[in-house]
Amino acid sequence: MTDTLIYGPGRTAIKLQINGQEYLLDVLPIQTLAEILRNQLGLTGTKVVCGMGDCGACTVLLDGKPVYACLQLAIDCQGRAITTIEGLARDGELHPVQQAFIAEDAFQCGYCTSGQVLTLVAFLADHPDADAGAIRQAVAGNLCRCGAYPKIVRAGLRARQLTFNSKQ
Amino acid sequence: MAKLIRTRIDIEGRISEELALVEEPRTTAWDVEEELNVVGKPIPRIDGDQRVSGGARFPSDIQLPGMLHAKFLRSPHPHARVLRVDTSRAEKLPGVRAVISRNNAPTTEWRNSQPIFGDSVRYAGDEVAAVAADNIAIARQAVKLIQVQYEPLTFVLDPEAALRPDAVKLYPNGNLLDGKPDEYARGDVEKAFKQADVIVEGVFETPTQMHNSLETHGSVVTWEGDQLTIYDSTQYIHGVRDRVADWFGLPKNKVRVIKQFMGGGFGSKGSAGKYTVVAALLAKRTGRPVRLFLDRTEENLAAGHRSLSRQYLKIGAKRDGTLVAMELTGYQPLGAYASWGASVGGPMRELYDCKNVRTREYLALTNAGSFAPFRAPGYVEGMFALEVLMDELAVKLQVDPLELRIKNYARRAPISKLPFSSNGLLDAYQEGARAIGWERRGTVGYGRRTVPGGPIRRGIGMASQIWSGAGGPPSYAQVKIHPDASVTVITGTQDIGTGTKTILAQIAAEELGLPLKSIRVEIGDTQWGLYSQISAGSMTAASVGPAVREAAADAKAQLLKVASQFLRVRRKGLTLRDGILRGEKRGKPVETPLADVMGELGDVMIVGHGSRAPNPSNVEIHTFGAQFAEIEVDVETGVVRVVKIVASHDVGRVLNPLTLSSQIEGGVIQGLGFALMEQQLTDANTGAVVNPNLEGYRIPTMLDIPEIEVRMIDRADVRINNLGAKGAGEPPIIPTAPAIVNAVRDAIGISFHQLPLTPDRVLDALEKAEKNAI
Repeated sequence: MTDTLIYGPGRTAIKLQINGQEYLLDVLPIQTLAEILRNQLGLTGTKVVCGMGDCGACTVLLDGKPVYACLQLAIDCQGRAITTIEGLARDGELHPVQQAFIAEDAFQCGYCTSGQVLTLVAFLADHPDADAGAIRQAVAGNLCRCGAYPKIVRAGLRARQLTFNSKQ
Repeated sequence: MAKLIRTRIDIEGRISEELALVEEPRTTAWDVEEELNVVGKPIPRIDGDQRVSGGARFPSDIQLPGMLHAKFLRSPHPHARVLRVDTSRAEKLPGVRAVISRNNAPTTEWRNSQPIFGDSVRYAGDEVAAVAADNIAIARQAVKLIQVQYEPLTFVLDPEAALRPDAVKLYPNGNLLDGKPDEYARGDVEKAFKQADVIVEGVFETPTQMHNSLETHGSVVTWEGDQLTIYDSTQYIHGVRDRVADWFGLPKNKVRVIKQFMGGGFGSKGSAGKYTVVAALLAKRTGRPVRLFLDRTEENLAAGHRSLSRQYLKIGAKRDGTLVAMELTGYQPLGAYASWGASVGGPMRELYDCKNVRTREYLALTNAGSFAPFRAPGYVEGMFALEVLMDELAVKLQVDPLELRIKNYARRAPISKLPFSSNGLLDAYQEGARAIGWERRGTVGYGRRTVPGGPIRRGIGMASQIWSGAGGPPSYAQVKIHPDASVTVITGTQDIGTGTKTILAQIAAEELGLPLKSIRVEIGDTQWGLYSQISAGSMTAASVGPAVREAAADAKAQLLKVASQFLRVRRKGLTLRDGILRGEKRGKPVETPLADVMGELGDVMIVGHGSRAPNPSNVEIHTFGAQFAEIEVDVETGVVRVVKIVASHDVGRVLNPLTLSSQIEGGVIQGLGFALMEQQLTDANTGAVVNPNLEGYRIPTMLDIPEIEVRMIDRADVRINNLGAKGAGEPPIIPTAPAIVNAVRDAIGISFHQLPLTPDRVLDALEKAEKNAI
């Protein structure tokens, strides 16, 4: 396993699997996944807002589970499936949660949206019958300053009815 | 023919006169009852797919080849003389490309007669130097290597303390902004108070509220020769262009500002920042693009805030509830580099029909980060004090608080005595009262336990809202119809997250008679050369929207003329709807898809121009509303839980109920944060902010949100512009806090004058009330 290896102090070559594709990267052991995604790979849909785990904006999926990419070292992500907001659409069709966010206007500025969407994608995959209360709890760690919360709940509820290839 | 006019502009409560070039209008307002096809429909955002897919490039996402990363060094002292800045060790760090400080920066004035990097620092967080390096980690490290020798000075934080004669002065002229208070008076206040049957008074305090936009302030800049391009997270691309051009002495056509998306602004991003010009200076010196975005801590120190306020209010009334006199003295600390401040006296001057009113407001320069307008600046703070005291008056008079407000409803604008263009305040009261179940108030309120013997007390309260929202000229638009009948709408406005592109597309589609999906909207780039107003002060929709409709009408007129010639049908009676041209040829109806006609015309292009017509001068234009709150207080823990807010607002014609309800919900939620949890805290001993992050500074989360019911008074204000629409961004944050506080009074019989209403304050007050009862 990766935790038996020692990395650093200099640059280290690692392999990451992101949105179904393999990337060979040269990283410093202290670099976070968020930093690598944004600065090395140009996957800027992942936003860094607080950089200390307070806001959830940088949420990505690691083996299908939401994690804060600003607190996750890139070297620890080897051998795991990373999904970012850019990897949710399938064959050019948006994920049902993304579709529901548009239909319900579940964002204003959109800066927290990637994190909100990914958190809900992971949650609804495990809880397809979740009610409004459960959806609220699921995204309670994702801050939104514009106050799109009521519509994020509605989008979560709506997304349960949607699947790929069944746009409302 | 275009003509030059003088027009009154009301931005964030500040009124000014401006010149504007306007064309003879082609359109008149859609009638109140007119059936519209696209405008007024709940249409999802046309750029929604970009926002949900990571495809939206925000200014902070911009990466340019060879781009450097920059970082400020900030003062740890709230007030100090800067004796020496030694950057030599930082310059030697590998990967550092430029260091800038007062040793080598231009001394051109930035704000308050001070340069970018001056000889003094005036708040903990003030900029001292900046570094550009190959990456942000090196820049951070380099900043720590800069050695600064400070001579700490006494500092002052409290606005009243700052105005005492013995207070330390931030500037030679003293700490009072403009050297005098801002005063307003009508009638004879002293005499009227003597004639009042009942007087209520109180001291009210509101907290320092931080915008905490999720995208911080910042710019990415690049020079191409003498042409400067700036990607800026801003609410005013033309304002950034003008400020930067002025500061560098560049012609305006050499500065291009781009902002396609932004992660929130809420009033704080109305101009260029030091970060913009420092990034440009570093880019010039290094010959490389530079990115300078604040981090979260800096955002909380140096990016502006809603200043705390202390307000002394007094209201006098007749026994029947008629207001006879109102008086307010306000103090606000504006921080170190503000050039204006918000007016908390606005609601008192404007909302009620009261003949004798006096407001006096002191704006003090203090050793803190600077004021920046925050969504309805002044009115959020002022409405809290006014509407809570109005409720206390109602208690004293033993009348229904809503009845008291209706009794003092102003039929004409109290200051100018002009009629309102329209006024939905009474409708908002009525709608809101019905939706919350106002008549239940007596049965759920004070002293009645929801669960017998339990700790929960329930209450209902309400508050009113008044704000501007007129919008106005100058704002310009173009509408281009391409050879395939697709359309591009171009304006120089920007979308701050409200859905501007979508409403502009709706307006163009409506006027043109073409499908929404055929319309593309280009905004957020000064290169288009079409000036638009700032997206603040609830200005955007009512400023740019009418210009777009004018441009679309111009394009359509040209198009129908061309089509009538081409099809040889009479111009009169030729119409375009749903993309189909319909007319009459020798008495027979003709129907042709526009795309077919355009296709035959080859590369013919139609370009329509439009400008925003001036507002009528014989009326006052305002938005109105009311909010009703139902809350629960846990008298054992002091926690206030908001159960429901009804937000009832009159913003003229509703252009898009889906995006409008998002704005209203968002305003309510920020108002709830202001009422219950948000507060920047500064250590009085050190002058340092103790919670400059999203951990210590609490904003509402999903779990703090009540049920929010939006009730729109959807009535076109046909006198004001060709849409009949007013602005909606700021109104919904204004009445939330007083509605909640009044509901708390209804629940536990205690009126709170200090925000935020945290559990410790509630428990303290309950304890005091209990002691007094014994």
